[in-house]
Amino acid sequence: MHGFLQYIQSYLDSDKTPGGAGNIFWATVYILLVFAGLSVAVIAMNWLERKILAHMQVRLGPMRVGPHGLLQPIADAIKLLLKEDIIPAEADALVFWIAPFIVVLAAFTVFVVVPFGPTHAITDMNIGILFMLGVSSLSVLGIVTAGWASNSHYPLIGALRSSAQMVSYEVAMGLAVVSVILMTSLGPEGGTLSMIGIVQAQQAQGEWFIFKFFPLGLVGFFIFAIAMVAETNRAPFDLPEAESELTAGFHTEYSGFRWSLFFLAEYSAMIAVSSIAVTLWLGGWLRPFPNALTGPTWDLVFSLFPGITFLLLAVMCFYNTARMPKHPLFRVQTMGLAGFGVVLALIGLILFIPAVRVRVTDIYWFAAKVGAFMYLYIWYRGTFPRYRFDQLMKVGWKVLLPTGLVLLILTALVGMRTELWAELQGVWRP
Amino acid sequence: MNPPVATPFFFYLLAATMIAGGILVITRKNAVHSAMALITTLLAQAGLYLMLYAPFVAGVQIILYAGGIMVLFLFVIMLISIERAEKERQFNKQWLVGIVAAGALGGLFIAVYTTTTKGKILFPEGQLTYGETQNTQAIGSLLFDRGAGQYMFAFEIASLLLLVAIIGAVVMAKKRI
Amino acid sequence: MDAMLHISTLHYLVLGAALFLLGVIGVLTRRNVVIVLMSIELILNAVNLNLVAFSRYWQGIHGPSALHGQVFAIFVITDAAAEAAVGLGILIAFFRNKETVNVDEVNLLKW
Repeated sequence: MHGFLQYIQSYLDSDKTPGGAGNIFWATVYILLVFAGLSVAVIAMNWLERKILAHMQVRLGPMRVGPHGLLQPIADAIKLLLKEDIIPAEADALVFWIAPFIVVLAAFTVFVVVPFGPTHAITDMNIGILFMLGVSSLSVLGIVTAGWASNSHYPLIGALRSSAQMVSYEVAMGLAVVSVILMTSLGPEGGTLSMIGIVQAQQAQGEWFIFKFFPLGLVGFFIFAIAMVAETNRAPFDLPEAESELTAGFHTEYSGFRWSLFFLAEYSAMIAVSSIAVTLWLGGWLRPFPNALTGPTWDLVFSLFPGITFLLLAVMCFYNTARMPKHPLFRVQTMGLAGFGVVLALIGLILFIPAVRVRVTDIYWFAAKVGAFMYLYIWYRGTFPRYRFDQLMKVGWKVLLPTGLVLLILTALVGMRTELWAELQGVWRP
Repeated sequence: MNPPVATPFFFYLLAATMIAGGILVITRKNAVHSAMALITTLLAQAGLYLMLYAPFVAGVQIILYAGGIMVLFLFVIMLISIERAEKERQFNKQWLVGIVAAGALGGLFIAVYTTTTKGKILFPEGQLTYGETQNTQAIGSLLFDRGAGQYMFAFEIASLLLLVAIIGAVVMAKKRI
Repeated sequence: MDAMLHISTLHYLVLGAALFLLGVIGVLTRRNVVIVLMSIELILNAVNLNLVAFSRYWQGIHGPSALHGQVFAIFVITDAAAEAAVGLGILIAFFRNKETVNVDEVNLLKW
């Protein structure tokens, strides 16, 4: 038992990712952890999206299943799993069967290279960002084949829209990413495509790339932030599944388990592109103000954040417990909410233990930044009206693409400033 | 650097996937099925590139071939109706000649690969003992560097080719110019 | 048996040759233009596999920066993209005029 603990300890303190250390056991553990974390995140997102949207529209949202509808996602999941799995008679059964799996595989494989911390990634690839963009672009194949295999008009139109949309916005996205890769080459380490390397370059250069060469980094970030919404088929660019025009777009004919696979893939793709944005522009696992607020005191203050967050959530639970109706019918729900609060408070207290605190900080900051993006997604859905398809294409090809090209050239010029200056002087001086 | 794990197993697995995919590509009636088989082949080939220590080419293969060109293929297959094409004859009249010609080519391949000079096959394995860490940077400097960049001109020509291809594709696919 | 278990350049070359043959058979025998174009992609990929395998072989002799084969493979992928775009453009024009996707029905100039 003691040996086992030491074994775990040695890996927690190792300075390599499991893939980098070549340890298959720890790689498997990390994969399972990431998978479980993602599933929990998707379930939480499901509940949060419905609640936040409801509150934005002055509604209550799910309130019946569990206190404040907390068990609603679980009820939904059970409902979806128990539903009959229908394959339309005229559909191409094989392709219809495979398509959701392509989407899910593409959405989950991406997380192999996402760095939750300097050592908290399944592996670190030399071509990390290229791998992420490539594999996440494979999900369009699943969507197109799903729409085609349904052998029905709405899904086919949805699939065609989605493929056109994703291919167009990939271009702008790639240009924004390349400008970041140019920025990494300015550091002492030289340029890199590895996800961990990109965050370390931000650490070495002392600023997040969103603030680099102001406003160039910011412009690149905005291009990516718009393109990533279009890539994941979310509002206001959710034309492939526009309810009012295409019923449900490419997944109209899907039901039950297969539909829930599309749902899972959509949300994990959102988390994936958000983590690309966080890694590339917002410093990945780095805490805010790593240079301005230095010293052990500030380190301590920032490492208290995870525990404080969970305690705040627990306080919210207890506040709402106190506000629950006092009628005996609500007794179970009140107790449930209080119990949920106690669990959150316990997690918060555990996160204050120094040994845990030190190891969790990186993951916390990464998750917090990704969470902000998730909120943005919901916020977009609550506020923006849907674009028309020609407007969507116009934004992609006539606004984002030229901006991205100019941005790339400007980044290269600014980055090469000194060298260029010396060369110009050499040309002018005979 | 870690030594590669189970190289023969993965090589034969990926090779079998590629051959099976290739056979499906040329035998399926339905073009979408063919395209999906081709995608499988391309992804397996990306895996083989990784085994050959060429991660950048593998990434380009995934992002360009599987994510770009194949989406274009699927898009076009869906634009043109293929309901009728499935019920027609799949192979053309000179299929026998084609197979004989391919068989002759295969014979040529076998003849070359089994040729021995002084008792050795033509391609012995070179020793490779370093990792892939600088692969992307090395390719970049071959393409762009001032000193070592031998392919700068070829790169510019490739960009010109792409420009011509864009214009050509637009001209071909447009209804009226 | 040892030759089977030790993966050498020759293994990749044989695989490339097999893929090339499959592509050639597809180009020579199929009627559907889309599948003919896909068979051309197979041929290009077989060539790419050979190039990358030779690149590794060459690296073993000339050191880690002898990546000419990989650079060639990237150029081939670029050309494949251009070829697919133009080929599919021609295909769409052809389909619009003749309402068919079979190569042996392209016989407007035949008489």
